[in-house]
Amino acid sequence: MIAIIKYNAGNIRSVQNALDRLGYKSKVTDDIKEIQAADKVIFPGVGEAGSAMKYLKEHKLDICIKSLKQPVLAICLGLQLMCKYSEEGNTECLGIFDADVKAFPPDDIVPHMGWNNFTRIKGEIFNRIELENDVYFVHTYYATLSENTIAESNYIVPFSAAMKSGNFYATQFHPEKSAEVGEQILKNFLQL
Amino acid sequence: MLKKRIIACLDIRDGRTVKGINFVDIVDAGDPVELAKAYVKQGVDELVFLDITATIEKRKTLIKLVERIAAEINVPFTVGGGINAIEDVSALIKAGADKVSINSSAVRRPELITEIAGQFGNQCVVVAIDSKRHKTDDVVYVDGGRTPTNYSTIWWAKEAEKRGAGEILLTSMNHDGCKEGFAIDLTNRICEAVNIPVIASGGAGKMEHFKEVFEQTKASAGLAAGIFHFGEIPIPNLKDYLRKMNVDVRC
Repeated sequence: MIAIIKYNAGNIRSVQNALDRLGYKSKVTDDIKEIQAADKVIFPGVGEAGSAMKYLKEHKLDICIKSLKQPVLAICLGLQLMCKYSEEGNTECLGIFDADVKAFPPDDIVPHMGWNNFTRIKGEIFNRIELENDVYFVHTYYATLSENTIAESNYIVPFSAAMKSGNFYATQFHPEKSAEVGEQILKNFLQL
Repeated sequence: MLKKRIIACLDIRDGRTVKGINFVDIVDAGDPVELAKAYVKQGVDELVFLDITATIEKRKTLIKLVERIAAEINVPFTVGGGINAIEDVSALIKAGADKVSINSSAVRRPELITEIAGQFGNQCVVVAIDSKRHKTDDVVYVDGGRTPTNYSTIWWAKEAEKRGAGEILLTSMNHDGCKEGFAIDLTNRICEAVNIPVIASGGAGKMEHFKEVFEQTKASAGLAAGIFHFGEIPIPNLKDYLRKMNVDVRC
């Protein structure tokens, strides 16, 4: 069973729909025991970093997430919450990835919204994926490049499109909204 | 490189697509889900579903439809039409919509933009603006283009951005349906006034028109309805053409 962590962020339905399409059973839950017992965990999210972290702490989901041993995939805001610190709401985050989250400088249109490709990818969740494949992004803040970066994209600045540390994987883009390319990346994670 | 987006818009009434369609391999062309799936297969980057259902009781049909769309479609989609309150938005987002589009209701009560942005994030709020050129100014119209307002389009676009809009869907009423190209000047004025993505809408009749709008303005996306529905411009051909013209689009 795949656990999708339920918290005060949107976009959870579309993640579950994507798993359904791939034939994987999933459950949206904030029950810590259920999350710990899942084969894999997905930590989705569109929303604001400060209020999301506050919610996670109140529900002890911060400690739960950090102590998970099975493969975990964070999406969008989920990736940012796994970094050390976010400029959004001046927020201390989970600190799983050694990177900070910054606002895009207003040198171009913000948010970074739409389909963009990669400048660098590595690792098993990018099996069968090419640099020129496009995935769907929508974000105003970005994670800086670090040793945890496993995919890099470019918009105004180079930023982390995907990150990994041990069993924790994260994508800034939305695989569940990225057509076949996103489905392949989700499949790669689900087959870990 | 961030790609220019091609967006197809579907008008929905009582859960069915309104305009006639002549896609080849669709069993039920009146079913918005079937049509949307065909578009996704063709490589459309995003979809907009505009509900023109008149009665409130039929709105439940829309929620059911949005649930079906969300279950089947793996690209982002926006739902608009008849959204007056945050409760309408909650129901649509819960059903699986990625974004909502608001038009007249935002003009009448601009706080709605802020309320939606606050609860679901700026990226979720598309403010649709119907604009008509008067002698010296671009004027915002509401009620499906029937009622002029006192707002200038530039002022309203800026105001919408300030209040938390994540995108502007800009339709030029002078160009809509004419098939003579997008409103280049108006799109430029709005793109210069705001720093959020602008979707150009109204006037596309040929593939060249998409090239023009992407080369001559900073529009992030081009939207059309009829020319896609009737197969006048197949989306794969449009994308091939744009790539040849050095416009970056998704493969």
